[in-house]
Amino acid sequence: MDFRNTPRIDQVAVEEKVARFGTRSIKKESKMQALKLALSMIDHTTLEGMDSEGRVEQLCHKAMQPIVGQPDIPTVAAICVYPLFVKKAKSVLKDSGIKVASVATAFPSGHALLQYKLDETKFCVDQGADEIDMVISRGRFHQGDYNYVFDEIAAVKEACGSAHLKVILETGELGTLDQVRRASDIAIAAGGDFIKTSTGKVNPAATLPVTLVMLEAIRDHYDKTGIMVGMKPAGGIRDTKTALKYLVMVKETLGSAWLNPDWFRFGASSLTNDLLMQIMKQKTGVYQSLDYFSQD
Amino acid sequence: MRIPVLKTYKIYIGGEFPRTESGRYYELKNKKGDLIANLCLSSRKDLRNAIVAARGVQHKWAGKTAYNKGQILYRIAEMLEGRKAQFVDELIQLGYSAKDAELEVLESVDRLIYYAGWSDKYTQLFSTVNPVAGPYFNFSKPEPTGVVVAQAPNNAPLSGLVSQIAPIIVGGNTCVVIADELSGTVAVSFAEVLHSSDVPGGVVNILTGKTEEILPHASKHMDVNAVWFTDLSKELAVSVETDAALNVKRIVNTNYKKWTKEDAQSPYLIQEFQEIKTTWHPIGM
Repeated sequence: MDFRNTPRIDQVAVEEKVARFGTRSIKKESKMQALKLALSMIDHTTLEGMDSEGRVEQLCHKAMQPIVGQPDIPTVAAICVYPLFVKKAKSVLKDSGIKVASVATAFPSGHALLQYKLDETKFCVDQGADEIDMVISRGRFHQGDYNYVFDEIAAVKEACGSAHLKVILETGELGTLDQVRRASDIAIAAGGDFIKTSTGKVNPAATLPVTLVMLEAIRDHYDKTGIMVGMKPAGGIRDTKTALKYLVMVKETLGSAWLNPDWFRFGASSLTNDLLMQIMKQKTGVYQSLDYFSQD
Repeated sequence: MRIPVLKTYKIYIGGEFPRTESGRYYELKNKKGDLIANLCLSSRKDLRNAIVAARGVQHKWAGKTAYNKGQILYRIAEMLEGRKAQFVDELIQLGYSAKDAELEVLESVDRLIYYAGWSDKYTQLFSTVNPVAGPYFNFSKPEPTGVVVAQAPNNAPLSGLVSQIAPIIVGGNTCVVIADELSGTVAVSFAEVLHSSDVPGGVVNILTGKTEEILPHASKHMDVNAVWFTDLSKELAVSVETDAALNVKRIVNTNYKKWTKEDAQSPYLIQEFQEIKTTWHPIGM
């Protein structure tokens, strides 16, 4: 496969198509269903320099029980933390069914020796991480060294063992949609179980056009090989309205098979509470306030 | 002959002038029945968006120094004075006499100056040092309650609006004002004044439409901390007050026959939208 010849993307067409996903009317029961589905797809994330074990523990409790006294509200899919907090998260979540994802490979810049990256990945897996979120080497990618990028992803995949690998393209640093498609194809071919838009540390993070291009790469791969790859837009998805647009886009691009937490995730932190507020709005008929929802 | 360029009256949310999300409009007519303008018939979703905008900026607005908030209120007065002729025209359109229209505008300007002056003084007035039986310095001071929804009165298109907005925002709150249905043009033009007065977007949001349609959603909204209504039917007032109990909102029910008169201005109107915080500070033994 020659990654210099990946399909070209028509940016204007992508933007027009994306605009149409925002026009679907989702009301009442289907809205409630969509809200709960979106919540169950969240990788509830904390990736801050000031993270602590206490904060991670709080995050885990929030993940297991988003609102006290509302057992019909689903838990999130996973929590996403730095490697040092995997052990803590695992010990709190135990057998709740909520996965622990860890960023690895010198997140977020990816500037480190390959050996360090592999060691870090193995460390995360040893600590109990179910999923690894790696970053690609954008510098090498921009130099056209696609083989390096491919080999690196393949090596990390090997180091993951049975843990799922999500490959962060950091689309905000890739420049064009053509590059996004190319990076997607490389990540998929190299064995990524999921492709993920962003680290959340670069602006713009996840956008609808970028995600559509990545979804189409997944679709093309599936059409060719029959192998499914998951998708995770991350960063910048803060409100319910946007989240629902993503669900519509997944459904209409890939189909219902992808509409579950095994194949689609949201990397987010503030989205969780916004979804919870909307769910409670649907339940009570009253617009909600963040004052009444736990913050982590 | 030249075709006049008429203004599209839109609502004011988060420092922008969107059309109503509902796509509904109503005709504003003068007493003779002539069409003055088509105004947005705002929906509960416009209210929701306005409250999100107001909440988003409240902390930052409250964090500005008292002196700076005073400067900004003074700036609104300056801008309003400069646009006096426009407001007089709009009031005459609504059926005001030239003399009454001018009084309405000038008193509104003065009202802003009045509250600009209070910005760095009301805290001293409403703060206390409390005697306690222990080695503590105990003091109470007012802090903004948060997001306030106000129903503008129907007897004072400009002075009523200004006399509500000024005491609310000078105390560090942000607000959503539901303009009087029959004088919405003046309210929207006042939004343009705010827009050019260094008032951060979202601190004041103005919706036009039917109070009875919008206000019930405000009184139930968990992210609204206070509601100021002026002239509701008894039935609606009761339901608004009942719903407000949901998150223990402050309810202020104050109206004036003449909003241009001095009794419609008072530091106690600032206090209506303040919460008292008490602090215990240990002192040396």
